[in-house]
Amino acid sequence: MGLFNKIKTMFQSNKEQEVNEKQDISVQQEQEEVKVYEKGLSKSRQGFVSRLADLTNKYRTINDDYFDELEEILIMADIGVNTVMDFIDRLRERVVKEKISDPELLKEVIVDELFIIYVGDEVLSSKIEYQENGPTVILFVGVNGVGKTTTIAKIAWRMKQEGKKVLMVAADTFRAGAVEQLHEWSGKVGVSFYGKEEGVDPSSVVYDGCQKAKEEDYDVVLIDTAGRLQNKVNLMKELEKMNKVIQGIIPGGPHETLLVIDATTGQNGISQAKAFREITNITGIVLTKLDGTAKGGIVLAIKEQLNLPVKFIGLGERKEDLQVFDIEKYIYGLFKDMM
Amino acid sequence: MFESLGDRLQNAIHKIKGYGKITEDNISDMMREIRLALLEADVNYKVVKEFTNTVKEKALGEEVASSINPGDLFVKIVKDELTELLGGEQADICLKGNPAVLMLVGLQGSGKTTTIGKLANFLRKKHAKKPLLVACDVYRPAAIDQLKQIGKQLSIEVYDEGKGNPVEISKNAISYAKEKGYDYVLIDTAGRLHIDEELMDELENIRTEVHPDEILLVIDSMMGQDAINVITGFHDKLPLTGVVLTKLDGDTRGGVALSVRHLTHVPIKFIGVSEKLDGLDSFDPERMAGRILGMGDIVSLVEKATDAIDEKEAEKTAKRMQQGKFDLEDFLSTMKQMKKLGPLENILKLLPGAKKMGLTNVKIDPKQLAHIEAIVLSMTPKERRHPEIIKASRKTRIASGSGTSVQEVNKLLQQFDQMKKMMKQFSNGNMKLPF
Repeated sequence: MGLFNKIKTMFQSNKEQEVNEKQDISVQQEQEEVKVYEKGLSKSRQGFVSRLADLTNKYRTINDDYFDELEEILIMADIGVNTVMDFIDRLRERVVKEKISDPELLKEVIVDELFIIYVGDEVLSSKIEYQENGPTVILFVGVNGVGKTTTIAKIAWRMKQEGKKVLMVAADTFRAGAVEQLHEWSGKVGVSFYGKEEGVDPSSVVYDGCQKAKEEDYDVVLIDTAGRLQNKVNLMKELEKMNKVIQGIIPGGPHETLLVIDATTGQNGISQAKAFREITNITGIVLTKLDGTAKGGIVLAIKEQLNLPVKFIGLGERKEDLQVFDIEKYIYGLFKDMM
Repeated sequence: MFESLGDRLQNAIHKIKGYGKITEDNISDMMREIRLALLEADVNYKVVKEFTNTVKEKALGEEVASSINPGDLFVKIVKDELTELLGGEQADICLKGNPAVLMLVGLQGSGKTTTIGKLANFLRKKHAKKPLLVACDVYRPAAIDQLKQIGKQLSIEVYDEGKGNPVEISKNAISYAKEKGYDYVLIDTAGRLHIDEELMDELENIRTEVHPDEILLVIDSMMGQDAINVITGFHDKLPLTGVVLTKLDGDTRGGVALSVRHLTHVPIKFIGVSEKLDGLDSFDPERMAGRILGMGDIVSLVEKATDAIDEKEAEKTAKRMQQGKFDLEDFLSTMKQMKKLGPLENILKLLPGAKKMGLTNVKIDPKQLAHIEAIVLSMTPKERRHPEIIKASRKTRIASGSGTSVQEVNKLLQQFDQMKKMMKQFSNGNMKLPF
């Protein structure tokens, strides 16, 4: 059974279970999350799925024009030029091999193939691995203006709900107002904060922050760093230094390095992922601002080319507007109207 | 990271050398390359389609003059069309009101607050007038704080009422500016999604209240295909007068510039080129065309150089180079001049053919340059004039004086020697430039 049908049945059976008396909490929670995806991606879906659906209605048979239009739709979703070209080639092959001529059937193949791009042939984990002894250090990196600080606030809030003792460390000492921004957030979500004045060496903030976390027995340390464009060598070196400082105090840290990417980013997202991965050990991606009309398709290309999974997605400006990434829910959120 | 259109074209071009005419057949490869390159530059899909059609039409049937080859002619057509599409000429900023009011709008994280600081700085320098910044981002934590700090760095006053109503704040700010004799009022608004009706209405209300001379949309140059939704979303609601394209100091090709112009006819007025508060340039369509194509930007390079380099000094050095007299003293002064140009890798990228020479991915560690400088500075003037006298004991002294090792000193001397040889070849005319 293809993914299309799997997802379809999965979410439809969820609906049926709503009337089922024996509704356990996990199912309920699951449904809540599906709804968040559905709602959060509603703007992204518009134009994308409706165009895919139109495509199916417009063409009786699959021909070159059909593929041209499909290519356009996928590129408009920022899936990445090379990824799309390969995708279309694969699809053409399948059409010939499986003798598919009805666009209706191809619709399902499309969803399946998209899923395959993302999943490849491995099991993906979007879970954060917490350390058993000592604090788990998570470093947030990315270019300017992608939403690192807001993401940290949301993740802090989430972890606090899970009962973790969280410390935020403000190592963006460069941008005006960045320290203050994180400080305000720490008050709002109710977690601890460590920071110094602007302009000091960020590594010194990281050093003291990690010391504090170790001494005061925090579960999680979330480190905010300054936005840096990936081609600025000296700023990238600064990240390297921070990594060394963390390792010096908390062996094995940072345990996670999350690259924050704005969903509106185009092809440059691949360059970002490549460059940051060269310097730091990126363990996952946070895709922000998906509540707009952007589809964030670049994560598919990033996954395909660099094998970096998405761990969280941002769907708004409030502290609750963060979800653990789930490819099945994401695809359901995008293709809901087609199912 | 992406093969630039310039390089892709080069590959396709050698296939059609020798043709006397451009035909549908012989340019099909090139059309494909152009299409892919533009898509990789994040130019809107529809714009790419239209663009490739226009180029094809123009190119077909064009007779190739004997002096140039069909490939070059084709590249010229592409570049001209691209420049045309980007707006042809530079668009100036319009500041008629008294005070003149500018309002900056855009998505979250596009760089509005930093841009407003740069813009105020730019206007103050250019027109010698007094700007006032107005903090109307009452939503994002510490946004007001950020603007205030920027104001402090620039010694420009920031008007704020804390987290009040943005419409009221901007209205009050205008009366304040009139009272205090400010010439320009720059309003910083909160980042918002173009589909957020409530917040979009707020912008409209500010607009009707203060009648801005300029409403500038700030756009991240790394934006992908969604840019078109954002641009039209803002443009439908507000009569935009211009666009500011930010973060162009990254390695993005900035294809969004093409989409903006073509789909809305709103001119791009400024580009952001660094995080520093003087990192704002006027937008130049021709240069942008070059960037999207990856054809290098010799104009920018020359302009940068003339800004930073002392001409007399440069002439002196050039002469010495030609005479083969170039020594470490000249090297030091050249290095100082180069430093003023900013990060070297940025400069290398501006060279046409940089990609072919493998210069686009060169990473230069500023620390390494500092080491080299330290080594040279640790030499006596005599040693710099006559590097050949530097032997073992001098090397040890230089190494300890500069905090480096003898190996590093050796390496530098060797490299310098090679460089000198190259220069000789250069001035003898034996070496050909790779482009």
